[in-house]
Amino acid sequence: MTEIGLTVNGVLRAASAEPRRLLSDFLRHDLGLTGTHVGCEHGVCGCCTVLFDGEPVRSCLMFAVTAAGHEVTTVEGLGAGGMSPVQRAFQDCHGLQCGFCTPGFLCTVTALLRDNPRPSEDEVLEGISGNLCRCTGYQNIIKAVHRAADLIAEESGEADR
Amino acid sequence: MTSMFGEPIVRREDPRLITGQGRYLDDLGRDALAAAFVRSPHAHARITGIDVDDALDVDGLVAVYTWEDLPGRVGERLPLLIPHPALTHGRTAYALARDVVRHVGEPVVMVVARDRYLAEDAAERVRVTYEPLPPVVGIENAANAAERVHDDVPGNVGAHLVQQTGDADAAISAAPHVLEFRLDIERSASMPLEGRGVYARWDADDESLRVYSSTQTSTSVRMAIAARLGLSAAKVEVIAPDVGGGFGVKIMHPWPEEVLIPWAARLLGREVKWAEDRREHFISSAHERGQVQHVRVGFDDEGRLLGLDVRIQHDHGAYTPYGIIVPIITSTQLLGPYKPGVYRVEFTSLYTNTVIVTPYRGAGRPQGTFCMERTMDRIADELGLDRAAVREVNLIRPEEFPYDQGLIFQDGRPLIYDSGDYPEMLRRIKELIGWDDFGAFRAEAERNGRRVGIGLACYVEGTGVGPYEGGHVEVDSSGRVHVATGLTSQGQGHQTVFAQIVASELGVPIDDVVVTTGDTRRFRYAVGTFASRAAVMSGNAIALASRKVREKALRVAGEALEADPHDLEIVDGVVRVKGNVTASIPLRTVAVLSNPLRYAFDDATAQATQFAVGGSMDEPPLTGEPGLEGTEYYSPPRSTFASGMHAAIVETDPDTAEVRILRYAVLHDCGRLINPRIVEGQIHGGVAQGIGGALYERMVYDADGQLLNASFMDFLMPYATEIPHVETGHMETASPLNPLGIKGAGEAGVIPGSAVIAAAIEDAEGIRITRMPISPSELYHLRLEAAAGTAERTRHARSAAIP
Repeated sequence: MTEIGLTVNGVLRAASAEPRRLLSDFLRHDLGLTGTHVGCEHGVCGCCTVLFDGEPVRSCLMFAVTAAGHEVTTVEGLGAGGMSPVQRAFQDCHGLQCGFCTPGFLCTVTALLRDNPRPSEDEVLEGISGNLCRCTGYQNIIKAVHRAADLIAEESGEADR
Repeated sequence: MTSMFGEPIVRREDPRLITGQGRYLDDLGRDALAAAFVRSPHAHARITGIDVDDALDVDGLVAVYTWEDLPGRVGERLPLLIPHPALTHGRTAYALARDVVRHVGEPVVMVVARDRYLAEDAAERVRVTYEPLPPVVGIENAANAAERVHDDVPGNVGAHLVQQTGDADAAISAAPHVLEFRLDIERSASMPLEGRGVYARWDADDESLRVYSSTQTSTSVRMAIAARLGLSAAKVEVIAPDVGGGFGVKIMHPWPEEVLIPWAARLLGREVKWAEDRREHFISSAHERGQVQHVRVGFDDEGRLLGLDVRIQHDHGAYTPYGIIVPIITSTQLLGPYKPGVYRVEFTSLYTNTVIVTPYRGAGRPQGTFCMERTMDRIADELGLDRAAVREVNLIRPEEFPYDQGLIFQDGRPLIYDSGDYPEMLRRIKELIGWDDFGAFRAEAERNGRRVGIGLACYVEGTGVGPYEGGHVEVDSSGRVHVATGLTSQGQGHQTVFAQIVASELGVPIDDVVVTTGDTRRFRYAVGTFASRAAVMSGNAIALASRKVREKALRVAGEALEADPHDLEIVDGVVRVKGNVTASIPLRTVAVLSNPLRYAFDDATAQATQFAVGGSMDEPPLTGEPGLEGTEYYSPPRSTFASGMHAAIVETDPDTAEVRILRYAVLHDCGRLINPRIVEGQIHGGVAQGIGGALYERMVYDADGQLLNASFMDFLMPYATEIPHVETGHMETASPLNPLGIKGAGEAGVIPGSAVIAAAIEDAEGIRITRMPISPSELYHLRLEAAAGTAERTRHARSAAIP
């Protein structure tokens, strides 16, 4: 067992785990952050996507030990105390049904809009093309990404005033 | 207050799910022991030995079980859920294989350990020796029956069923035109992003069991577990927590794991959990769709059907725990919105050494629709007529409802369509896609070296099948309204739509309504979530329960306000005399007064105690039952029939044969809409699965019965980049069968997917499309075959000399 210390959602956390422990299992079962989901365990579905030093990664393709000393943001940490604009947009646009893939999408889209605050339709498609959803047919997720861009713009506009 | 019914409100379940506060199966039981399974690597083999010695060395191992360890009913064959007289040779598996395995993935040994990593370590060390037997893979091999899947099932035939409305052969033979052809559809699967999972806790002091299962039917899982474990049902509770998608596969039950995990939890006196991994889901849950269809059809000069004879070979996999529901649905729902003339349908349901086949969204309808719509297109081509015009002459007219197709449906009841307006729907889908203007679009595309085609597909979906669902509505003394129904949710938005119904029926703010589904502690009698039935069945039951509560509230309030209940109304959670806003009483107070008390526990309940209430001294304090609550059940005479028509425009790449969907339009009629936003979402999701089934998804078995593409890297499900924008239009033809006038919507979107895409590709290419799904490689080879004269071109293509 190895003691692993890392920053999760802005809080320094530590737990011991075997070197073979996946980051996804470590977050879910050792730290109790079950919002990160596991859909395939081979890096295709994107359900387990978290932000690793700000970048979206598949937590099922990383060992927890490799995250030691890094910063991880999970779905629980996206909306400081409430819901982030991306989260609100998913509700506004009916961008989820069963909700299992949703945390992965939320992390992906959060990073996407940070890097590209006003993505084109094609850029949205490309941006979410690594995440599977079996419920929505994606149409309302795409709508939610544009809506989130609007909300973020509105909020930063308000902040500027 | 406006009625909430029909409003596209945002979902009430979302805030929890969006912030990571959902509770899915594997989010529970953090300290539970973990189970893992040793599964058969062979499609067909005799087990000659199981050696667990090496596994015993694994630190953290708790137990290892084989079939021989299973006592009594735990070790018996799993139940055959839906017996049918035509299923003469139904066979089910054991929870752990006994002597013979019949598909890759069949569970052989269960290992329980401190955590899943250790359980898998131990499972890896279990050595099972097998004597391979010849596998039966594919419908043709099954039908040829050179080898058998079950020794005692001759011909590999599990079931054979014929339904007919007259002498179809005579009608076809007498028809001016006759066509005969074969169609093929391959296997796909529900493939929810959350797999199956079971978590059980045994309470030794109470001798009771609590089981969480990622299921579409917690009530029936409860009864099955109680029966297998020899427990009184009162000692078993089953809860479906948040479920990460179902799409049919989770209506199958009890899965081996649903029996074994609770059994082990009781035996060990410890919490035990199993969460399926993705490979297990591919090889150990269920698939659907695989069929071969032989069609013979006779028709007149306008394309009117005179006789239709369909012979279906259905691949049901290694066992038949779910009976023959899928081929029954194919053979009946095949008729769609049409009058078939004389109809004869026959299916043979065949064993193969592959994963079992149970309903996947659409449940046999996509195959039936593919068959009928390919037939319509073929007739139009034969006669040189417009494909929509041929459909038009065959449609059931609005004045012909109720329309009896003369068959028996999947619920054992007559196939009688209740309502619809198919000609208007056809007019509107043509308008939405621009059917009549497509020629100009095609000509323009051709000038630019592009190849495009248009397709149309129509279907009717029997929804809301019985036998029943129930609803319980209770107003508590704080004014909150607690609603429970037994069927389960997998993302359909039940907490929202059922709350809308209650808010509208009872006259309360929707924020006061809390809905619970799939928890046998709250509601014990239910059937389950399948067949687009939740809104119809539980929605109506909950509406009836709300009306019962409303009636009681008005009676109790009438006594308190000294008013005639008929003069009262409930607005925003307050009962008031119509036209007199000062004479009113909040529902929370009515709830208090509905339960005459001796003992108060707060100021509110003090109002209901014996020295506080007035009233007649000659009447007993309680009339009827205490509490402001009510339970009602809804049981329909038969299914209600929703309908839809899809149209698509595709472009096929002349070089690579890649298929791109340029437009996809849907006209949909599911009766009165409770929440249009949610219905749209259901359609979008269904369409995406339909497109997946048409262009990408298939289960690739080799001749040895190995599933070659059992991962998300190899089984191609569509991402956002593969799914077009879906244009939708709605009609609302109310169902006369239920109080709310609603029809089901959940499965609709997927049904005509393969049919409409096949039609559009055929139109673009001028080559007959008879097999789905179709990949670019297959289309490319089809072009080569057409050029060589071994694949058939459409008559239209031959006459127009399309290259």
